[in-house]
Amino acid sequence: MVETTPLVLRKAVPTGPAVGTAPPPVTRPRRRPATRRRLELLLLLAPALTLFVGFVLAPIAVAVYYSVYRWNGFGPLDDVVGFANYRQALSDPVFQHAIEHNLVIALLSLVVQLPISIGVALLLNRRMHGRAVLRLVVFAPYVVSEAVTAVLWLLILQPGGFVDEVLRDVGLGHFVHLWLADSDLVLYTMFAVVTWKYIGFGIILLLAGLQGIPAELREAALLDGATGWQATRFVTIPLLGPTIRIWIFLSMIGSLQLFDIVWIMTSGGPANASTTMATYLVDRGFRRYEFGYGSAVAVILFAICFVFALLYQRFALRRDTDGALTRGLA
Amino acid sequence: MTAAAPARPRRPLRPATLASYAVGVVLVVLTVVPLLYVVIGGFRTTAQINESPTALPHPWVWSNYRAIVTSSLFWRFVGNSALIAVVATTLAVTLGAMAAFALSRYAFKGREAVYLLFTVGLLFPLGVASLPLYLELRQLGWLENPFAVALPEAAFSLPLTIVILRPFMRAVPAELEDAAVVDGTSRLGFFVRILLPLSGPALATVAVLAFVTSWNTYLLPLLVFSDTQHFTLPLGVANFQTQYSQDTARILAFTALSMVPALAFFVFAERRIVGGLSGSVKG
Repeated sequence: MVETTPLVLRKAVPTGPAVGTAPPPVTRPRRRPATRRRLELLLLLAPALTLFVGFVLAPIAVAVYYSVYRWNGFGPLDDVVGFANYRQALSDPVFQHAIEHNLVIALLSLVVQLPISIGVALLLNRRMHGRAVLRLVVFAPYVVSEAVTAVLWLLILQPGGFVDEVLRDVGLGHFVHLWLADSDLVLYTMFAVVTWKYIGFGIILLLAGLQGIPAELREAALLDGATGWQATRFVTIPLLGPTIRIWIFLSMIGSLQLFDIVWIMTSGGPANASTTMATYLVDRGFRRYEFGYGSAVAVILFAICFVFALLYQRFALRRDTDGALTRGLA
Repeated sequence: MTAAAPARPRRPLRPATLASYAVGVVLVVLTVVPLLYVVIGGFRTTAQINESPTALPHPWVWSNYRAIVTSSLFWRFVGNSALIAVVATTLAVTLGAMAAFALSRYAFKGREAVYLLFTVGLLFPLGVASLPLYLELRQLGWLENPFAVALPEAAFSLPLTIVILRPFMRAVPAELEDAAVVDGTSRLGFFVRILLPLSGPALATVAVLAFVTSWNTYLLPLLVFSDTQHFTLPLGVANFQTQYSQDTARILAFTALSMVPALAFFVFAERRIVGGLSGSVKG
């Protein structure tokens, strides 16, 4: 897929301004507006396309190119190894575990964050005092940077730190663990921190979706004798479908690319127990100067996201023809 | 946003209502306590914190905050972050609006292909592209340059900008454009003088989103900058944490101060962010 995208582009750029629809008949007064129109289109589209191609698509091409070399980033680029980097990455147990960790986070998001977000959004979608304040507060962690979130939780979860102390104070001292140093636990700690940071986003998104559902539909169901739960289960939640599917999409892509929080809190440790694909990529590519190998890992990561997105698009998002994310990708 | 619901007769508190309040309180506590811990912890000494992590400051200590506010490095980080975020936001919004205008109000062959190309960008957040981007920027000799961070950030903000702006610009009635043309305005004149002002709310939304994203970006600046003088705030926070790992109080103060700009901006722009999110959901 990576090689084909620039092709699409190469085709698309000239077709924009140059080809137009059928060339207009060569009558003098009609020609000038058409030329002008093409110039306008060029002027409007070229800057954005240049920036986009230069910094979004080109790096992908660069990664594909470097990925067939063994290269430490400094000497000449002459050691072609073909697909060896890809084979090495896919057979490295550390990378396999990294993929597994990403999938665990993705799965946990689905089964933990989604039901909580829906439940909370349903509860908050009623007239209550302080709802505006609540919205503001719940959303706050989303704007706090990942770096701040990571440092904040690093300090709070220190052995003998705030969390441990609170647990002891309320008589749950036996729950105290080495949150970040226990290799069986660290991934779940990461998930908890990620949840703290992003769940507000999900709640707000779902609340916005709920507010787009006309109240009459639910009221009609209630009039027809449905219980409150039935109305929620069979009317409200299905109508929330498009929003839920967008949330799932964003959450999955986010889980696959988890980096900042893990990198700052544990660098993937202890003993690779919290390594994700992205931390693996930066560790190999940047810390150990294996740029060819790191590029191959980057391409694999791209490919996984891309395949997921296409499949998800094909089987889930397709129905939401009005969804903004879906329109272009159909 | 909320349609004015018909006033309901007052009823005694139902269990569901009680549950709403209970959930609300739990959410607020879980969200606010960690943030407060950081802010209040900055007013204590590390010795106080080590002795009892949950206690309030006794006495309140200002020296941590004072040391950071008076250090030039902190302001340097703020300045670097602000410069990069302003450049990235300006570029993303200006170029994105131009492209969205072309993609929404011109009919030309290949239009949907161009749009599709931009939407593909939604799948690749900046973080994952950082390593190849670093190689590209190094090739160009742009390392240590703030624009080497701002330009890619703008490029990665373009997809969302265009996806939000295009339906918005499309919805402006064609009659308005015809009227403008009849009055002798060119198409570009219509764009600048009529469509852009009409798109004000959507432009504000995409600007806020691009700004917050840039302000929080960690990985790309981490790769591009090695000189502390060039660090952005997220890099500064992470770096400070490693540097003073024994001095919890100072890290807490530094972290608290570095949250302030984002939170202040958020309180001011909350409507825009939330509005933009729901807007992008509904298309």
